[in-house]
Amino acid sequence: MPEKISLEVLRYRPEEEAEPVYQSYEVPFRKDWVILDAINYIKDNIDGTLSYRWSCRMGVCGSCGMMVNGTPVLTCATFLEKYLPGPIRVEPLDNFPVVRDLVIEMTDFMEKLKRVQPWIVREEEKPLSEGEYLQTPVELEDYKQFSMCINCMLCYSACPVYGLEPTFIGPAAIAIAQRYNLDNRDQGNQQRLEILSEDDGIFECTLVGECSAVCPKDVDPAGAIQRFKVAATANWWKSLLMPWGNK
Amino acid sequence: MSLNPNYTKYHPKWYRKRIPIFWWMQKWAYTKFILRELTSLAVAFYAVVLLLQIRALAQGPEAYANFLNWLKTPVSIVLHGVALLFVLFHSITWFNLSPKALVFRLGKKRIPDALIAGSNYAAWVVFSAAIVWMILTI
Repeated sequence: MPEKISLEVLRYRPEEEAEPVYQSYEVPFRKDWVILDAINYIKDNIDGTLSYRWSCRMGVCGSCGMMVNGTPVLTCATFLEKYLPGPIRVEPLDNFPVVRDLVIEMTDFMEKLKRVQPWIVREEEKPLSEGEYLQTPVELEDYKQFSMCINCMLCYSACPVYGLEPTFIGPAAIAIAQRYNLDNRDQGNQQRLEILSEDDGIFECTLVGECSAVCPKDVDPAGAIQRFKVAATANWWKSLLMPWGNK
Repeated sequence: MSLNPNYTKYHPKWYRKRIPIFWWMQKWAYTKFILRELTSLAVAFYAVVLLLQIRALAQGPEAYANFLNWLKTPVSIVLHGVALLFVLFHSITWFNLSPKALVFRLGKKRIPDALIAGSNYAAWVVFSAAIVWMILTI
């Protein structure tokens, strides 16, 4: 087992350079270290100027997503050992503007997330006195998978459609829309379908499928999008054949 | 709220990587995707051949014989071979993707993916067999 492993980290210091450059760092190799441990080691012991995001260290917060050897991963859940003998290339997430080093600009995703109305929409709220909205385990099972999304944006990085057409609303936002659509307490189905059927919505997706392949939580955004396409198409036929029906 | 992704409220000086034209050569998954998109050309090829065949049929026995002779040329056979491979690739990947779009429930249980993909394959076999039967008997 090697003593050391080298990391080639993409550095971008906007006040110093117009284009990012790679910087090599030698870090101790430890079997129980993930990429994030190595980056923290660099920050603490070699180069305090390196910027990156991280928080929980356990695959829940979704902040430490980076490109490792060209694939978007959560660096807290990816072991150094996997990339022996190295070097390991660490870059900021693809398809997003880079603010500094490994830090990307995520406002675009935040705006898109808001557009799909990721909350429970009710036509009419029932009064508190009637108690809570009940749900059976089977009803929970309907949407649970899509509720596992941690907004880490790895799927946006893996999606060439988003890279080429940044207006595309994107995999995670659609999966999260599906999470609320499939919730039996929600009544916002139609609103979301209309938002997602627009030009930059579900039909931009050409089913590359990489969003689901890189998802650290097995959310399967690609599946969510295809199910939406079926629903949107069925809806279109329904409004064509039965124009008198409820919209 | 801005719908333009190139604009954000907080606009530091940032770096945006350009996507190279050959981005789809960088990863096998992307290459496979582009190949799959290209299979539509093979489907179009079959459609054009069918239209030409119908035209030849309408033009009379001589034109039809010429058409059949063209089908026997090496160029045509190679083209058909390539088109067949592409169409097979298209069909198989399509059937395998079908469980992603179709989620059915039987009572409380979700119908397993294998059954949804499997029923597509079964339909494929049945239709193919029916066509073979038609060609051989009629």
